Amino acid sequence: MESILNFISSNQQIIYIVILMIFVGIEVIGHVPSVLHTPLMSGANAIHGVVIIGAIIVMGKAETDNYLALGLGFLAVILGTLNVVGGFVVTDRMLEMFKKKKAS
Amino acid sequence: MELNLLTLCYLIASVTFILGLKMLSNPVSARRGNLVAAFGMTVAIFATIFLYEDNGEKLHNYVWIFGGLIIGTIAGTLAAKKVKMTAMPEMVSLFNGMGGACAALISAAEFYHIYELHKDSPATAFAELATVGHYITIVAGAIIGTISYTGSIIAWGKLNGRVKDYSFKGQHIVNMIVLVLVIVAAVWAYQSTLGNILVPFMLIGFFALIYGVLFVMPIGGADMPVVISLLNSFTGVAAACGGFLYDNKAMLTGGILVGAAGTLLTILMCKAMNRSLTNVLIGSFGGGNKTTAVEGAAGPQGNYKEISLADAAMVMAYANRVMIVPGYGLAVAQAQHTCHELEKILEEKGVEVQYAIHPVAGRMPGHMNVLLAEADVSYDKLLEMETANDVFKTTDVVLILGANDVVNPAAKNDAQSPIYGMPILEVEQAKTVIVNKRSMKPGYAGIENDLFFQPKTSMLFGDAKKVLQDLCTEIKAV
Repeated sequence: MESILNFISSNQQIIYIVILMIFVGIEVIGHVPSVLHTPLMSGANAIHGVVIIGAIIVMGKAETDNYLALGLGFLAVILGTLNVVGGFVVTDRMLEMFKKKKAS
Repeated sequence: MELNLLTLCYLIASVTFILGLKMLSNPVSARRGNLVAAFGMTVAIFATIFLYEDNGEKLHNYVWIFGGLIIGTIAGTLAAKKVKMTAMPEMVSLFNGMGGACAALISAAEFYHIYELHKDSPATAFAELATVGHYITIVAGAIIGTISYTGSIIAWGKLNGRVKDYSFKGQHIVNMIVLVLVIVAAVWAYQSTLGNILVPFMLIGFFALIYGVLFVMPIGGADMPVVISLLNSFTGVAAACGGFLYDNKAMLTGGILVGAAGTLLTILMCKAMNRSLTNVLIGSFGGGNKTTAVEGAAGPQGNYKEISLADAAMVMAYANRVMIVPGYGLAVAQAQHTCHELEKILEEKGVEVQYAIHPVAGRMPGHMNVLLAEADVSYDKLLEMETANDVFKTTDVVLILGANDVVNPAAKNDAQSPIYGMPILEVEQAKTVIVNKRSMKPGYAGIENDLFFQPKTSMLFGDAKKVLQDLCTEIKAV
């Protein structure tokens, strides 16, 4: 019991963020029309590509002669970038079509 | 100063993610929303590269970092630009898998980092090196990331037809066992000494890989959008674990935000099909035993009648109102431009042409809107399901292009049907129904469609693009 309380008090900032973000996430997309489900999913997919930051940190901290760590980090950076860049570009392409339709 | 600047950059990134997501859920601002989020992401990435400090030490290995970024950017852009409209859902799934793999690799690297620091004392238990909380974040990132990775790859394979639906008896029990094994391996690894931690750690990864495959395998292809959305929120949570690990607020907010929004979106998608999430995940919809039983119960279905191109052209040219119901077949045949051409030719003849869009027609919600918009079909011609259902009564001809389950009356009439309860386009209210399909094969849900055997329905077999082209020529000649 005490360890749980300790954990909460030593990480309270993070726990607050997590809880608030859950509500923000739900609130923010609450009224999305079904037409936008796919682009929204794709956009959210790009946003969780933020994991790339972790990959960059891993990579940047690795010893220059530790090839296993370098290799892992390098692969993670490539995959993360694919997620971010690919995700945003695909979403933009989807939405581009919606826009054209509005204009016509 | 620089560190404070980094904090500011992360704050900006977090805010843009929230704003971006908010704007993405409104058709008018959606595109800008995507750009806003992309801008925030760029700020966060470059701030990390140049400003991040670990115990007062800057990051190094810049060559590697930029090498990876450049390779990823080029490959990602090319893949996203080249992919056909029809294959976009697959692409999203694939990118999602990459993100999951990235999160899993970060956890593996962190694990390895701790191992390296203490490898001189192989007798130390891992439990002494990391607190339970710390360990859980590492391992949760690894497990969730891995499941998301293999799950997404399978979902990708299912969407492009490379992986077939597969389920066996007691699959859900096997899945449960594998999931328990993952947790057992995780606990085992925590108790192990550094000297022999490799085996349990490998087992965590191995079982998580298997679980990802087993999790998606029995779910029918038609439900893949829901699964991808769910895996999407998984990856969000995995990214948040990384944020926890590095006390990085941008990763944490971004990850949790997607985790929460993704979960809600998954539920919304299920609602659009009038089904619950459990039903999608457990129901093994579209593949496996249940379907066969239903088909068997329904027995042989009567006869259907075919209609010739010339007749179809005649009926349509002399109609007052034609309603086109597009489905996946249209997307596969890439027939959206021809479809638009047909619409123009008919309008020249004074026929009113509209499109009835079912929310889950195609492989993704909104799939048909995107596809038709690509062919410049005007926005106000696309009717949503409720509106379309009112208009069908006054429609002369309904032309169904490669759609099947979304017009299956069994969803209304047959309580035994696996799609029972799903709202459908009630095309049988129109005077005539012309169905274009490649063959009599059942649709994605794998069930027979009564509609095809009704007296007012005629079949027009062939590839959607070819048939539409021929129809155009015929109608011009009328």
